[in-house]
Amino acid sequence: MLRPSVLLPLAALVMPFGMTASDKVIFAFRDPVSLAGLLAVLGAAIFVRLSPERPAVEAGVSLLAAVLAAAAPLHLLGKGITLGAHAPGLWVMLAGAALALCRALGILSAGSWTGRKAVVAGLFGAALIYAWEAGVRGFAVPSILLPAPSAIFAVLGPQADLLWADFQQTVLKAVLRGYLMGCLAGFVVAVIADRVPFLARGLLPFGNLISAIPIVGIAPIMVMWFGFDWPSKAAVVVVVTFFPMLVNTLSGLAASDRLQMDLMRSYAAGYWRTLVTLRLPNALPFLFNALKINSTLALIGAIVAEFFGTPVVGMGFRISTEVSRMNLDIVWATILVAAVTGSVIYGVLTLAERTLTAWHPSARGRD
Amino acid sequence: MTTDLLKLRVLPVATVALAVLAVWYVGALWLNAPQAIEGLNRAGQPWGSLDLVNAAFAMKRPVLPTPGQVWADFSASVINYPVTHIRSLVYHAGVTAGSALTGFAMGVTLGALLALGIVHNRTLDASLMPWVIASQTIPILAVAPMIVVILGNLGFTGLLPKAVISMYLCFFPVTVGMVKGLRSVDPLALDLMRTYNASPLQVFWRLRLPASLPYLFTSLKVAVTISLVGAIVGELPTGGQAGLGSRLLSGSYYGQTIQIWSALFMASLLSLVLIAAVTLAERLLVHGNGGRR
Repeated sequence: MLRPSVLLPLAALVMPFGMTASDKVIFAFRDPVSLAGLLAVLGAAIFVRLSPERPAVEAGVSLLAAVLAAAAPLHLLGKGITLGAHAPGLWVMLAGAALALCRALGILSAGSWTGRKAVVAGLFGAALIYAWEAGVRGFAVPSILLPAPSAIFAVLGPQADLLWADFQQTVLKAVLRGYLMGCLAGFVVAVIADRVPFLARGLLPFGNLISAIPIVGIAPIMVMWFGFDWPSKAAVVVVVTFFPMLVNTLSGLAASDRLQMDLMRSYAAGYWRTLVTLRLPNALPFLFNALKINSTLALIGAIVAEFFGTPVVGMGFRISTEVSRMNLDIVWATILVAAVTGSVIYGVLTLAERTLTAWHPSARGRD
Repeated sequence: MTTDLLKLRVLPVATVALAVLAVWYVGALWLNAPQAIEGLNRAGQPWGSLDLVNAAFAMKRPVLPTPGQVWADFSASVINYPVTHIRSLVYHAGVTAGSALTGFAMGVTLGALLALGIVHNRTLDASLMPWVIASQTIPILAVAPMIVVILGNLGFTGLLPKAVISMYLCFFPVTVGMVKGLRSVDPLALDLMRTYNASPLQVFWRLRLPASLPYLFTSLKVAVTISLVGAIVGELPTGGQAGLGSRLLSGSYYGQTIQIWSALFMASLLSLVLIAAVTLAERLLVHGNGGRR
């Protein structure tokens, strides 16, 4: 009985791999690299089939096979051969690579060792990037529609100064200041509103209302008020981050239960002491929730605000101008910078949350 | 009971609303005063403080329009023109709502499918879920205009590009909420289903899906709001054709502050209507079937 993992490389051996510009059909056995890849995959599949090894070995072999099977088509695509109906061999080989990867991921995620989730997610991400690269190259997608990942990475180095200037303008000047001001203001108002219940009852419906309306619409107004430079973007960020912080802090301050409050009273602890030693620590998960929500909102708010007018620097400005100049690789590099920035901020917040709220019931259940 | 309601609800909200209005009017006076003084000086006649207030509250292109001006512009554009007219805000709201709802439907479908895969397949759970979360660190709103331009080059114009952006924003809360909901099933209920010898399909339709509905609807409320935001931002680069986003952009280009504010007001109203519709559906589907709150 032949399993697909053996059948696919075998089939790929005899099928045409593509056509060169001069209409010459290419087979795998004419190209040393693809032949080596195919034979390696075949060998790996037979090895796994014949000797039922431990799952770790099988996962490793499958993974190796997937990498080799994926590398050969990329090597061919680099030589100007395109994907399409005339290259069934290439498709079969890619399918074999996908199959081997699925097998490896299935074995890996079934394990119980620590860090397996990160490894599986990383491999899956690499496969996504590979599919993007192979798709763009194989179908010869024009770079004004979608540049290949390699082209995006290639532009990072030469354009580093430009990207760094944009990063400074948008993230360091507008987002960071606006984020700190907005979160701090939301926090302070929430503490005051908690002390004055009348204010809380009046403000909460407005908080819910504001969270329902498309707040990025205030961007043109802020640009009109505060000018083209970073203060207008920071102002948008302040408005965007204020209410999530307010609402979350209020519910966080309400999270201490009656018994704990009674205990503090029996200790004769005053309002401030109760606030600092009991209620704020209890509110921390809520605060971090708001900080995380706000980190994405802040980045988006600042970049969108730049569409309504900026000095000639900034990530939003870069995106809108380079799109109209058809330099999509710079646009995607900017997007990459933004995504990495967002992920780093999110990661730092998650780390801080784990450290500061390790005692909290919501954190204890995690693996 | 009614006095409690008055004291605990109406009074605080009304106070804050009045304070907001007062701050608004004072702010309008303060921000518009320099321009108003200039105008009055140019007229060459002696003027008092009352003239200044009147001038500041009735400017054609104020820095901050008063609530009255915004309301007047809003109601004029709603009442004076038929709903199909290009100057009617209802028309623009309809255009935006159309693409937002299309994107919402696409996003909910995609999000629900992803959630099903993640819940039923361990490999997908480990490999896909982190990327679903990572996908949201890409500031899609920031690249929305680019996506509209690219899809326009590919021949997709009109409603679809905006709907794609809404979809990208929508699917995330739906996936997260539904994964949580499908896993929220009481183990006792699962055991009961096993004693009934229920098939996995039956467990899904009769137990898991109904149990996930409350979570799903919480997510849907978030999703419908951001689908609207996505549609509005997606309309920014289309260059003032139709939709609330293009009203915002043209208002910003030509300094028509009142137009920006009334478009913003319409957007908020539309968002509230959409949320109300989702809430109504939730009432009918969840609470109507005896679901838990």
